[in-house]
Amino acid sequence: MKIDFTLNGEQREIDVTPMSRLLDVLRCDFELTGSKEGCGEGECGACTVFVDGKAVNSCLIPVAQMQGREVRTVESLASNEMLSDVQQALIKFGGTQCGICTPGIAMMASAALEAEPNASRARMRELMAGNLCRCTGYQLIIDAVISAAEARRRHG
Amino acid sequence: MLRLQPFELVQPESIGEVLQLLSTHAEHVRIISGGTDLVPNLKLGSIKGDVLVSLQRVDELKNLKEADTQLVIGAGVSLHTIATSKLVQGTVPVLADAVGKIASPQIRNMGTLGGNLCLDTRCRYINQSEFIRSSFGGCLKSDGDRCHVVPGGSLCVAALSSDSVPVLIALGADVDIIGPEGERTIPVEELYTKDGVAHIALSSDEVVVRARVPIPAAQTRITYRKWAVRKSIDFPLVSVAVRIDHIKGSPDILEDGRVVVGVLGPQPKILRLSSLQGQPINEEMAHKVAGIVSRRCTPLANVPYSEDYRKLRLAVEVKRAIRSLFI
Ligand SMILES: Cc1cc2nc3c(=O)[nH]c(=O)nc-3n(C[C@H](O)[C@H](O)[C@H](O)COP(=O)(O)OP(=O)(O)OC[C@H]3O[C@@H](n4cnc5c(N)ncnc54)[C@H](O)[C@@H]3O)c2cc1C
Ligand code: SF4
Ligand code: FES
Ligand code: FES
Repeated sequence: MKIDFTLNGEQREIDVTPMSRLLDVLRCDFELTGSKEGCGEGECGACTVFVDGKAVNSCLIPVAQMQGREVRTVESLASNEMLSDVQQALIKFGGTQCGICTPGIAMMASAALEAEPNASRARMRELMAGNLCRCTGYQLIIDAVISAAEARRRHG
Repeated sequence: MLRLQPFELVQPESIGEVLQLLSTHAEHVRIISGGTDLVPNLKLGSIKGDVLVSLQRVDELKNLKEADTQLVIGAGVSLHTIATSKLVQGTVPVLADAVGKIASPQIRNMGTLGGNLCLDTRCRYINQSEFIRSSFGGCLKSDGDRCHVVPGGSLCVAALSSDSVPVLIALGADVDIIGPEGERTIPVEELYTKDGVAHIALSSDEVVVRARVPIPAAQTRITYRKWAVRKSIDFPLVSVAVRIDHIKGSPDILEDGRVVVGVLGPQPKILRLSSLQGQPINEEMAHKVAGIVSRRCTPLANVPYSEDYRKLRLAVEVKRAIRSLFI
C-alpha cells in the first residue's frame, strides 16, 4: 500500500507492506539509521521518534498508521551541521558510551525539555523512564539533560 | 528477531465505518488503537490478526469532558492525556495517578484507555515466542491443551494486568459499548470473564466507546497501589485500589468501602467492606482489611515473582493504601 507522510519536514511517499514497522521503514527504506532497535517490544526507547510532536516507540507502530502524520527522527535534531544543545551536553557530560541508547535518549530528552523546561532532577528521571541504558548508569545522562535545561533558561 | 506476520490495516474515520468493517471481516479481525499491547502480541503470535481495524482516525472516540457528576472519557483518549489533564487531575486525581504509572512516557503517548480496558491477560507461559511456547507444548491460551499454572485446570487463569481497571471499578465507572444492535452500558467489572483466553465480554463486532466515571463525593477517598520490579515500564505484579467512604460529618468513621485487586486471574477481585460499617478508620482497620484481602486473594504462578511474596506484598500495599487515606 502507498502512504504519504512528512518525514523530518519533507513530504514523502512510499509503497510499503502495511505490517512493516515504522522503525524498519525509517532504517531500511529511508536509510535513517539513527533510530535503533534495542528490544523491539516497547521496553527500551532506543527507537524513540516524534509522531505529531509526541515521543513514541517506532518499533510498536505498523507504518500504515502513519498516513498523513508528521514524523521526526534523531537525524532532525542537528541543524546546519550543528548538534543540538542536548546532543552536545550528552557528549560533554559523558552521557553516551556505547551509543546504542543515545539516539532515543537525545529524542526523549528533547521532548522532555520542551514539555517541562523547569522539571526537577527527580521529575526528569521520570520523564526519561522509558529509555534504558546499559552503560552509563543514567547519572551522567541526567546531568547532561539538566545542564541543557539550565543553559536554555540562562539564554532565555 | 521476531517479525510481524502479514496483515491488512484499515483506517476508518467514524464509528459507523468501524462497525461495518468489523462485521464484514469476521475472521481474525482485530481492533488496533495505540497498538502498544496488540503489536507485541502479534509478534509473539499469541494473538492472530489478518485484518486490523484502526481507531486512530476516529475522532468521535477522543472526547474527554465533564458532564454533570461524571467524567466521560472516550476510548481513544491517550493515557498521556488522562494522566496530565487538569480536568482529570482536578476531578478524579486517583485515575490520573494510576494511568501515570503505566509503562513509560512514550507508551502513554501511544496507548489509549480503550486498549487499557481491553489489554490482553498476561502469563509467563504465553508472553513468550512461539519457539519457547512450543518447548512446553503451548497451553490453553496458545496451541496446547493444558494449563501450566493450574495443572488440570480447564480455564486459563492469565492475569488481568491493566493499571486503570481496579481504579475504575473502585470509582464505580461504567463503559459504553457499541455493536450492530446499538449501544449498551455495563459496569466496568462486567467487561471481564473468568476465562483468560477470552477475558473480554465483547463479541468481535463490538467496540468500547467511552468510560463514564462518577466524580467522587467529598466523603469518598480512593487510592491505587502498584508494585512491580522496576518503577517504570513494568506491568503491575501486585495491584490494588482501595476506596473508603466515611460517614457524612464523621470523617473517621467508615460508611462503606471496597478493595479491588488486579493481577490475580483474568477478573479483578472486588471485596466490599460493608461489614466494617461504623468502625473507626484507623490502623486497626488497616490490619483488618489487609487480613480480609489476604484470606480472599490467592496470587497464582502466572506472572513473575513468587506467589507467597506477592500475597504478603498485597497485604502490605493494602495497609499502606488505607494509612494514606486516614485524615
Ligand atoms: C513495555 C510495555 C509496558 C507496559 N506496561 C503497562 C503497565 O504498566 N500497565 C498497563 O496497564 N499496561 C501496560 N502496557 C500495555 C499497554 O501499553 C497499555 O495497556 C495500553 O493502554 C494499551 O492501549 P493501546 O491503545 O495501545 O491498545 P492496543 O494495543 O491498540 O489494543 C489492546 C487490545 O484492546 C483491544 N481494543 C483497543 N481499543 C478497543 C476498543 N475501543 N474497543 C474494543 N477493543 C479495543 C484491541 O483489539 C487489543 O486486543 C505495557 C506495554 C508495553 C509494550
Ligand atoms: S494461565 Fe495457563 S492457560 Fe493461561 S496462559 Fe498461563 S499457562 Fe496458559
Ligand atoms: S526497540 Fe522500540 S522500545 Fe526497544
Ligand atoms: S550508552 Fe550504551 S546503552 Fe546507553
